[in-house]
Amino acid sequence: MNLKLIGDVAMSLLAARLKQTLVAAIGVTFSITMFIALLSFMSGLNDLLDGLILNRTPHIRLYNEIKQSEHQPIALYSKGIRQYNFISSVKPANEKPQIRNSGAIIDAIKKDSRVSGVAPKVVVQVFYNIGTINLNGIINGIDVGAENRLFSFQNYVVAGNYMDLQNIPNSIILGIGAAETMLVDLGDIIQITTAKGDHVQLKVVGFFQSGILDIDKVQSYTSLATAQKILGESNSYITDIQVKLHDLLLAPAMAKEYNQLFSVEATDIQTANSQFETGSFIRTLISYAVGITLLIVAGFGIYNILNMMIYEKMDGIAILKATGFSGGDVKWVFVTIALTIGFFGGLLGLLFGFVLSAIIGQVPFETASLPTVKTYPINYSPTFYVIGGVFSIVTTYLAGYFPARKASKIDPVIIIRGK
Amino acid sequence: MTDTVLEAVHINKYFHDPVKVKVLTDVEFSLSRGEFTSIIGKSGCGKSTLLYILSTMDTDYEGDLKIDGISMRHKKESELARVRNEKIGFVFQFHYLLNEFSVLRNVMLPGEKLSKRTTKEIESIAYEKLKILGIEKEALKRPNQLSGGQKQRVAIARALINDPLIIMGDEPTGNLDKKNSEMVFDIFRELAEVYHQSLLIVTHDNEFAHRTHRIIEMEDGRIVSKA
Ligand SMILES: Nc1ncnc2c1ncn2[C@@H]1O[C@H](COP(=O)(O)OP(=O)(O)OP(=O)(O)O)[C@@H](O)[C@H]1O
Ligand SMILES: [Mg+2]
Repeated sequence: MNLKLIGDVAMSLLAARLKQTLVAAIGVTFSITMFIALLSFMSGLNDLLDGLILNRTPHIRLYNEIKQSEHQPIALYSKGIRQYNFISSVKPANEKPQIRNSGAIIDAIKKDSRVSGVAPKVVVQVFYNIGTINLNGIINGIDVGAENRLFSFQNYVVAGNYMDLQNIPNSIILGIGAAETMLVDLGDIIQITTAKGDHVQLKVVGFFQSGILDIDKVQSYTSLATAQKILGESNSYITDIQVKLHDLLLAPAMAKEYNQLFSVEATDIQTANSQFETGSFIRTLISYAVGITLLIVAGFGIYNILNMMIYEKMDGIAILKATGFSGGDVKWVFVTIALTIGFFGGLLGLLFGFVLSAIIGQVPFETASLPTVKTYPINYSPTFYVIGGVFSIVTTYLAGYFPARKASKIDPVIIIRGK
Repeated sequence: MTDTVLEAVHINKYFHDPVKVKVLTDVEFSLSRGEFTSIIGKSGCGKSTLLYILSTMDTDYEGDLKIDGISMRHKKESELARVRNEKIGFVFQFHYLLNEFSVLRNVMLPGEKLSKRTTKEIESIAYEKLKILGIEKEALKRPNQLSGGQKQRVAIARALINDPLIIMGDEPTGNLDKKNSEMVFDIFRELAEVYHQSLLIVTHDNEFAHRTHRIIEMEDGRIVSKA
């Protein structure tokens, strides 16, 4: 097959019907533009909403659950004897919710090549004192550097400097909800009561806003050392080990592995937040459905123009066939026309789609719950452009194929007799 | 290489619409190299129908057709297209040029399709053919800028581009005035006598026919004389 010749014939037919060709190409351009803009925007939103939870959630969390011992002492006595023990109201042993041997566990996890980072945490149950009223609170003692690296802690500190937690002793970053209830400002001293009844005074060095109201009313942050001091514990006292992985999908398997290896409880992110996958999936599905619908409409445009062209160029097709072009050649002429429309229409569509999503990305979008977001989120993933490009070629090919096949079957004798 | 370029073997042809009618009955003849033959007969006797079969465009017939000694009976559509491209030059009553291309490119297209030569060579051959037909000056015009006679000569040049085994024409002068018909006839005769080109031309013009080497006369789908 002579590609250049077929291309030349296709281009000359296309040039003869330039206006209609342009309209058909604009249809493709429009649908690809919308497809790209829609997917970039929707996916940006998805990332944002997922990020609200997922970025702040460790992929694997190790902790020590307070529960009854599975092996009660009496079992030792009755072992090997034909005797059964029934014990009711078993209480857990008096132990603290700390992870034993935490230093060694952290070192071991850090050596694991699948792990991207580890951050230890001490969770302290407290009451915030406002005059005579006590508010429930949770103070998280964190390793400030590690927490920021793994969970972008500083993005959520809306006032004050997050590093002050480390630099100023007995400091606290209060949840914005709690701060509003207590009417405190930066630099104020607040008083808290621990579960044991100790009173501790802490200096407010910042406010923290996660975007989720219930969290902001309860949670606060302090340094690991301060948290350990509040509890009166040694510097090896750790209640949680938060692990982030290179590949999130490994989390369930690795949680099981760590559970066995270190004899601590381990939960993975998938089990903890399964509903987020569903929401993202539905949004993505809708975007694809709209994009593909637009493309199919554009495909009908191409189908129409090709049918018209074939009808108008019957004589030309007959003469090509009479002078030795085969049905296959004629088919390729029209498929080439369709693909040309699809290629250039699609290419422009990708370009305009990029421009449109960039414009959407400049539109201000400020909400109190998302302190770090100033404009609409856009995901500029190349995947969308690849999919958009492939889609435009495939749809135009299909739209062109059927008219082209019709043209290939034109019987020159009928046309020539018809004159 | 045989001296026979084309051979019709017991060709029968029916049309089924609206009722089954036999339009060609036992047509049998052969053409030799360099022969300038005309087919005459009353309107509706089946001349065009026969020519479409001989040119391989119509494949719905009984009997056999041999071109250059090879049977066309069981060839695929694309193989027949190749035969038309390489061995047959067809000239219609209406010129059927592509207005999207220049005159020169119209002549070149079948040559480019055959792609035995480079585009440059095809172009110079096309010029040569246009020169034989005396219209090389019009090469860069569009077909719709030419007169009817000029267009017909372009169509003949196109039929010649691949040096075909045989040129077929269905009333190629039917649409032309006396002067232009005369010119086309002279071209055909020159092709036959100087270049030993085989020609098979359907015509209504008895004077035209009598000046060819050989006349095949048809009546009601049969050949009645093939002197
Ligand atoms: N598609 C068709 N369906 C049915 N009958 C047809 C068809 N085409 C032609 N015929 C008939 O076949 C016969 C031969 O037609 P054909 O066109 O070959 O005649 P012709 O000899 O070329 O006539 P003319 O000199 O007028 O061109 C005619 O009777 C015509 O009515
Ligand atoms: Mg006829």
